[in-house]
Amino acid sequence: MKLRVQRLITPQTIALVAVLLFNWLLFPGFFSVEWKDGRLFGSLIDVLNRGAPVAILAIGMTMVIATKGVDLSVGAVMAIAGAVAATGVESGLTVWQAVPLALVAGLLCGLWNGVLVAVLDIQPIIATLVIMVAGRGIAQLITQGFIVTFNDPSLIYIGTGSALGLPMPVLIAVALLILTTLIVRRTALGLLVEAVGVNRSAARFAGISAMSLLILVYVFSGFCAAVAGIIVAADIHGADANNAGLWLELDAILAVVIGGTSLLGGRFSIPMAVLGAMIIQAMNTGILVSGFPPQFNLIVKAGIIIAILVLQSPVASRLFKRA
Amino acid sequence: MKTFKKLALAAGIGALLSTTAMADGLVVGFSQIGSESGWRAAETSVTKQEAEKRGVDLKFADAQQKQENQIKALRGFIAQGVDAILIAPVVATGWDEVLGEAKDAGIPVVLLDRGIDASQDLYLTSVASDQVKEGAVAAQWLVDTVGDKPCTIVELEGTVGSSPAINRKKGFDDTIAAHANFTISRSQTGEFTRSKGKEVMEGFIKAEDGGKNICAVYAHNDDMMVGAIQAMKDAGLKPGTDILTVSIDAVPDIFSAMAAGDANATVELTPNMAGPAFDALEAFLKDGTVPEKFIITESKLYTQADDPAGEAERRKSLGY
Amino acid sequence: MGGISMEPMLQGRGLGKVFGAHQALAGVDIDLFPGEVHALLGENGAGKSTLIKILTGAYQPDSGAVVLEGAEVAFRDPLQAQAAGIGTVYQEVNLVPNLSVAENLYLGHQPMRWGMLNKRAMHDGAREILAGYGLEIDVRAELGSFSVAVQQIVAIARAVKLSGKVLVLDEPTASLDRAEVESLFEVIAKLKARGLAVVFITHFLDQVFAIADRVTVLRNGKLVSTQAISGLSRTDVVRMMLGKDVVFAHSPVTEIGASGPALAEFKGLGRKGSVAPFDLTLHQGEVVGVAGLLGSGRTEMARLMFGVDLADTGSISLGGPLTLRSPRQAVAAGMGFCPEDRKVDGIFGELSVRENIVIALQAKLGWFKALSRDEQDDIAGRFAEALDIRAADHNMPVKLLSGGNQQKVILARWMAIDPKLLILDEPTRGIDVGAHAEIVRTINRLREDGLALLVISSELDEVVAYSSRVVVMRDRAMVAELKGADIAPQVIVQAIAAQEAP
Ligand SMILES: Nc1ncnc2c1ncn2[C@@H]1O[C@H](COP(=O)(O)OP(=O)(O)OP(=O)(O)O)[C@@H](O)[C@H]1O
Ligand SMILES: [Mg+2]
Repeated sequence: MKLRVQRLITPQTIALVAVLLFNWLLFPGFFSVEWKDGRLFGSLIDVLNRGAPVAILAIGMTMVIATKGVDLSVGAVMAIAGAVAATGVESGLTVWQAVPLALVAGLLCGLWNGVLVAVLDIQPIIATLVIMVAGRGIAQLITQGFIVTFNDPSLIYIGTGSALGLPMPVLIAVALLILTTLIVRRTALGLLVEAVGVNRSAARFAGISAMSLLILVYVFSGFCAAVAGIIVAADIHGADANNAGLWLELDAILAVVIGGTSLLGGRFSIPMAVLGAMIIQAMNTGILVSGFPPQFNLIVKAGIIIAILVLQSPVASRLFKRA
Repeated sequence: MKTFKKLALAAGIGALLSTTAMADGLVVGFSQIGSESGWRAAETSVTKQEAEKRGVDLKFADAQQKQENQIKALRGFIAQGVDAILIAPVVATGWDEVLGEAKDAGIPVVLLDRGIDASQDLYLTSVASDQVKEGAVAAQWLVDTVGDKPCTIVELEGTVGSSPAINRKKGFDDTIAAHANFTISRSQTGEFTRSKGKEVMEGFIKAEDGGKNICAVYAHNDDMMVGAIQAMKDAGLKPGTDILTVSIDAVPDIFSAMAAGDANATVELTPNMAGPAFDALEAFLKDGTVPEKFIITESKLYTQADDPAGEAERRKSLGY
Repeated sequence: MGGISMEPMLQGRGLGKVFGAHQALAGVDIDLFPGEVHALLGENGAGKSTLIKILTGAYQPDSGAVVLEGAEVAFRDPLQAQAAGIGTVYQEVNLVPNLSVAENLYLGHQPMRWGMLNKRAMHDGAREILAGYGLEIDVRAELGSFSVAVQQIVAIARAVKLSGKVLVLDEPTASLDRAEVESLFEVIAKLKARGLAVVFITHFLDQVFAIADRVTVLRNGKLVSTQAISGLSRTDVVRMMLGKDVVFAHSPVTEIGASGPALAEFKGLGRKGSVAPFDLTLHQGEVVGVAGLLGSGRTEMARLMFGVDLADTGSISLGGPLTLRSPRQAVAAGMGFCPEDRKVDGIFGELSVRENIVIALQAKLGWFKALSRDEQDDIAGRFAEALDIRAADHNMPVKLLSGGNQQKVILARWMAIDPKLLILDEPTRGIDVGAHAEIVRTINRLREDGLALLVISSELDEVVAYSSRVVVMRDRAMVAELKGADIAPQVIVQAIAAQEAP
């Protein structure tokens, strides 16, 4: 038991607690959570709820980065999935048809990325750049340039509903986190993915089918992006092809890095990446409730991120050990 | 070599010209930025409608957000010998050379909806809205509606550093400053998007005691307001009643919200920049009447009294 | 030795280094005199690399001091040591594979003219330097496109170029062939004459006796002794390294021949531009040795047999016909392959020793039949013990193991899948005498268990010791198959050199 507690003390948890405490100093009501209309309300819940899409992206991104790759297309895939779901329900499909359709769109984008990376051996940054650039165009074609607003209550429920007192996006993110962690760690996938990320050539020699694993992680990342895209669209009751998921690929990558997974591939941790997403969102929410002028947003954010990354750096941990 | 190409092009186009010239009315080239927003799409369709109404032969070129495409389109128009050019410039700089070419060819150019950094004699006139005034109109509506009661406002700003965000803030804040019963308690960027608008409003509601302190929301565009309205509803508040709303642009979704009683007012950024532009051009080409250098479009206020349901439908058909 | 009465050039005094709980080096003294070649010997994991990393600034000592020409120095990194005239080739070659050969040679010291890179001078210089090692290659080509041996020579040439006082070579000859070793020795002799101190780490005792003036032997991180080579015999050196005598099991394997049933048949297997079609049948319980010079096609042959490269002619049968499109299928059919380039194709540096051992078995079992942690620990423990893999802890990253122990980990990986056919490409490279004997014993034991083995090796003594047949490769074709009494170093050398056997 004592060991467990110790394992919880990581640079990430320390950073999250620090950011939350800072928010509390700026805004004393930060930790107050109340029960209203059968659900929990409060800034803390907002952090979880608003952080959910990036957390979901980070779950997929972690797997991709573990293979020494990166998926720049997730923001655009979000826009595509949102567009498909929204146009779907608007043109008469039920949620049970529109949402799977949107998920399939995400899977297909992932498959495209995976084939470019694994089969054609194109560098991940370049391969996924294709959909990052073209994806919004595709989303716009689907929405025909409008923000497609919808009123389908079941679709909206995915973004704004709640169960067990928690917002749906939070529940979806938690479910995905638990499920993925279980699958990855209870099967051999985690180890094999790490092996591919550490040394793809050696993986081949050891009889690992690096190709199918690579395709798998990009498909999974596409799936996660689609889930996030559906949530974001459902949240605003509309698909905004231009802005949905804009720059979120960078937040997702940052979350993974804050979570301690190296961009050089190999060892990864999905829970830590989700924690990273929460740190980022806690910062964003903190800035919102603090009342700082918006001109400082980016500077404040950059400052905090630098602090976190420095704390996590090998040099810092060596200094810690010495002390 | 370059001139030779131009000559060849001009010769080729000459044949084309003789056919277009037979059509009654003007030939006007229109270089549009792209279709990045509903408003932009509406501007394109209104321009086409206006041209048709006047019997103008409109040559349309979509630049897909690239200046080089616009410059190419302009050179094409010049080579075709159009009577006039409309352009919605994607950026402010780098226009001197191509506008100089148009001037040399004697083709008047009208800028739509955005200004540029270039000598004023390179273009005939520019048609645009007054963004400062838009903010002021929004503020004035709030002042008129609230009267002397104390009122705390929260503001959803556009993208930090963008000119509509700066100007719409200035117009609003300056007008409000003259009335002591108003305070702007919070102001954050919602980056002109629905989802950020919603997220920021959520934060404001938490920070202002569950929204009980807020009397009005001002958003630099309607999209952010649509998001903010959802945030208010999710928090159990009644937008339009508990909290007044005023925003800018006049897109269909805000009219739908107004029709449902969730929003109070919006200031129109008219998509009809082409109407005044064609008026000025026709007068200039007919008898050389030189228009004002800066034609300002009207910033019209719409409230729940202005048949919002009908407006929503009418605007949707424009391609918003 | 050269300068008896001189001051030492570089000295280590009481050097100690601790990694975690593991004392890798304890109180080691070493003196390097100008004009001497100093061999540094010891088992895998004895601390040789650690010692020279401390001397050259790659590690900081936990105790003791480094003294250069009488003055204490504290190099913060190898760059500082370089600036002081100490050139080093580490065991893990650290060059930039996607720069050209010339750029690698001159990195950080490019010839300039008028403030601009003088490419011409750089290329000419590079060509000239490499010619001194008998290497004539296109110096403008990417380094990564050349064999390990060429890369090794480039690394050595670079270090030689930078060293004014001391040259340190950590197992430089592990991947070189005879001729290359000889040109390297000529260079070393010249440097020695110029008054440099040369430190030389190797597991080839022949080379030690051929070139060293003095030897220093380490065991378990401690200094055993430093002595002049002239008074020592091979047995003395081995005893100092291991602390006991080893008997080399030279039991010739004549009787075991092709007695078992045929296990695998490779018929007319070939690939254009790589290996000419060859026939090879392997029987249960036999070891087939592969001899040939570097670049003779021996590694390429193994790659075809394992599905790393795709054959464009021929057929394979291994318990039924087999078409190989990837190593995965070869593994599924019961083959294993220890590749020549350990760092690039073998080791998962960041993963633990345990994971490195179980990975091939896990890949074979598939995604969903995961080995539990207990099973992994059990397998890793078993094979680590069988091969005497020295790691403080099976959960430490394998990259922290000494080079020889890494090699054993890869061997353990393949033993864990319980293969029918094992291909070993230079399995004893970089492995100490003790472990060397151990690997030879392991090969024999595996054979007795009924495996078929194909072993590629440059060490003919070794090939002779365990092979029941030897195939010889030359110019990318199989040119001879030797059996029985023909399995003797002399005969093999002649076959390699394309002479008629007497
Ligand atoms: N960075 C490190 N962290 C932890 N342990 C290390 C590290 N580097 C070396 N070791 C350990 O120190 C011991 C000495 O290693 P070293 O590399 O010096 O051996 P070596 O004599 O060069 O062996 P070899 O002949 O196999 O190359 C080994 O047990 C190794 O596992
Ligand atoms: Mg070593």
